Amino acid sequence: MQTFAVYVDNKPGVLNRVASLFRRRAFNIESLTVGHTEIAGLSRMTIVVNTDERGGRLVEANLYKLIPVRRVDNITRVPTIGRDLAMIKIAATGDARTQVMQLVDVYRSRIVDVSPESLVIETTGTEDKIDSLLEVLRPYGVIEMVRTGRVEMARGSIAQPPISAPRRSAAAADDGRDDVGNCSV
Amino acid sequence: MSKTTLTGAQILWDCLVREGVNVVFGYPGGAILPAYDAMLDYPIRHILVRHEQGATHMADGYARATGKVGVAIATSGPGATNMVTGIATAMMDSSPIVCITGQVGSALIGSDAFQETDITGITLPITKHNFLVTRADEVAPAIREAFAVAASGRPGPVLVDITKDAQLGLCAFDWEGAAPDMIGLARPGHSSGVDAVGLINAAERPLILAGHGIMLGEAEAALRALAEKAQIPIAMTLLGIGGFPASHPLNLGMMGMHGEAWVNTAIQESDLLIALGMRFDDRVTGNLKTYAPNARKIHVDIDPAELNKNVRVDAAVSGDLRAVLNQWLPVVTEVDRTRWLAHISDLKGDSAVRDIQNLPDDGHLYAAHVINDIWRMTNGNAVVVTDVGQHQMWEAQYYHHNTPRSLITSGGLGTMGFALPAAIGAKVGRPDAEVWVVVGDGGFQMTMPELATLVQEELDVKIAIINNGYLGMVRQWQEFFYQRRYAATPITGPDFKKLGEAFGIWSATVTTRKEVADVVTRARSERGALIDFRVEQEDTVYPMVPAGADLHKMIRRPSPIAETATD
Repeated sequence: MQTFAVYVDNKPGVLNRVASLFRRRAFNIESLTVGHTEIAGLSRMTIVVNTDERGGRLVEANLYKLIPVRRVDNITRVPTIGRDLAMIKIAATGDARTQVMQLVDVYRSRIVDVSPESLVIETTGTEDKIDSLLEVLRPYGVIEMVRTGRVEMARGSIAQPPISAPRRSAAAADDGRDDVGNCSV
Repeated sequence: MSKTTLTGAQILWDCLVREGVNVVFGYPGGAILPAYDAMLDYPIRHILVRHEQGATHMADGYARATGKVGVAIATSGPGATNMVTGIATAMMDSSPIVCITGQVGSALIGSDAFQETDITGITLPITKHNFLVTRADEVAPAIREAFAVAASGRPGPVLVDITKDAQLGLCAFDWEGAAPDMIGLARPGHSSGVDAVGLINAAERPLILAGHGIMLGEAEAALRALAEKAQIPIAMTLLGIGGFPASHPLNLGMMGMHGEAWVNTAIQESDLLIALGMRFDDRVTGNLKTYAPNARKIHVDIDPAELNKNVRVDAAVSGDLRAVLNQWLPVVTEVDRTRWLAHISDLKGDSAVRDIQNLPDDGHLYAAHVINDIWRMTNGNAVVVTDVGQHQMWEAQYYHHNTPRSLITSGGLGTMGFALPAAIGAKVGRPDAEVWVVVGDGGFQMTMPELATLVQEELDVKIAIINNGYLGMVRQWQEFFYQRRYAATPITGPDFKKLGEAFGIWSATVTTRKEVADVVTRARSERGALIDFRVEQEDTVYPMVPAGADLHKMIRRPSPIAETATD
């Protein structure tokens, strides 16, 4: 697995360009998340790709060929914090409900919605932790689950060249199509 | 400074003129009408094509012949989709073109309006970049960035899709304010692996593999200086032909599937491959597992994504080729490589007995003879534009190019129908050059309506149709690999002489070798000419490395001497 932090101009069609590149070059995306960054007009993707180190170098070189890509950091080998967020809806009534609530405590998760027949649990953590919580909850009956996919950041203050403000938008047509603002694949 | 208020269409042409454009290849239609209307007020020559595919090949041929960015223009929907093949051709061969398409009004986008198509979506994987412009004030920044992207780094096609309302809209034109942000276009070069110069100086049997990048990077002189100083022979890729003079003793000729036998053998025997501006295409390497097994490898390319892609190398250098070679030159040592060069000469001698040029004249008309005669009669000075197939390989083998940008051919995509329109573009770009089309009877029939464009624009292009009544290269594969089951490869055509005459072009039919010289001489004196060379029908391109086979395991032309020896 190779993990990249990719900074892209927040313009229509950028997610499509990145996704198309992976399809075209037959690289397998394990997870891809996108969100705004601290710099206006700049989005950050965390992309996990199922490939080896040599494949990782080709991914990086190919990403740089996309005009809206401003910087690619391969963070596979640097110490990072990786997090995934999940919401899990459980069918739990009566005694089961108490047991689920105890498990949620053990996993330092939260119950964010309660209805007569179900609970919604919100949990944040590594993918392993979420997988493990899911396993223990499964016997109670998982009705529905949604996960964000991994976001990842290098630890400490690793010196990186600064990213300049996004180029003046050439054809940032505000046509309401696939703005890359906040989405994941 | 004061800014003038212009329509998006006016801004389009104003920008093109400022980018140095004086000719565009195109076809009008509804969604691009405002741009066509505005065009009349600008110093632009418009070449009306007969199909938008032709416009893209013409822009491509123009770009390859001149080194400048070629421009094609079309309407939305079918006009835009007809460009797809030409855009993909330019992408594969790193040719800088800008394609401008009209688009339905921005309010109609997504409504399946008449002649609406998502051309930016369609062309996303076959362009370096593309733009959808929906407002007049976005036209100038998009056009300026399109030219910068097309021409910078590894060149390639860029498409700008402009909605009808963006063409009609008014805004203040600000050329300076629309300057592209070059960050990301000029990434610094870097190198990884071992020291390249150390490898070169230590090599006993080095070989340079020269590709299209020699010409795109204007590194011809640097290449020659390096090869001469270090006495390193050079093998050419198909698109590299012209980057180093064919007449130079260090030029071995073409490598790969239909490369010269001695070149492929030398690659397999070499101890160092120095790959310059080429990309180890499968047609060049054959079986990667057995490719140059004893050679260490150096790869220089401006596109880092090419390094370690197909062939793993010992030294990978990304950067401007000319700058890299000029950096190497003072530290590369003069080494005596007479033994290696003499060995390659021996390999060459062995091949000569199989060369069709050296076989007795048996009264048949062979394509190799025709092309070799055209080479002699044009003193090797023509710009030759070839199509795709057997004639393309024979041209590469038997027309010897000494100058850059004198062979224009679709290498990567292998686009049949490329030759005639690309030659029109080349002639427009270099009106003083003698431009020849060498084309098969199959490929010619794909884009022959562009003969009308040729005539309407009064362009002097000579067309040599290598007519064997087959889709020859496919037939050759069927002969070797499909037990001569000629599925769908026999092809008929019109009487090409009459066809040419119907368009008003001087035309001739040639069936014997003794006619070739006279007809070519006559063709050279005419303004435009078309010659139907009725050549041997089941002729074969030798040598041939079957797809995926080891590079040294070539199918060779049967030689009388060799066959008696093995009997």
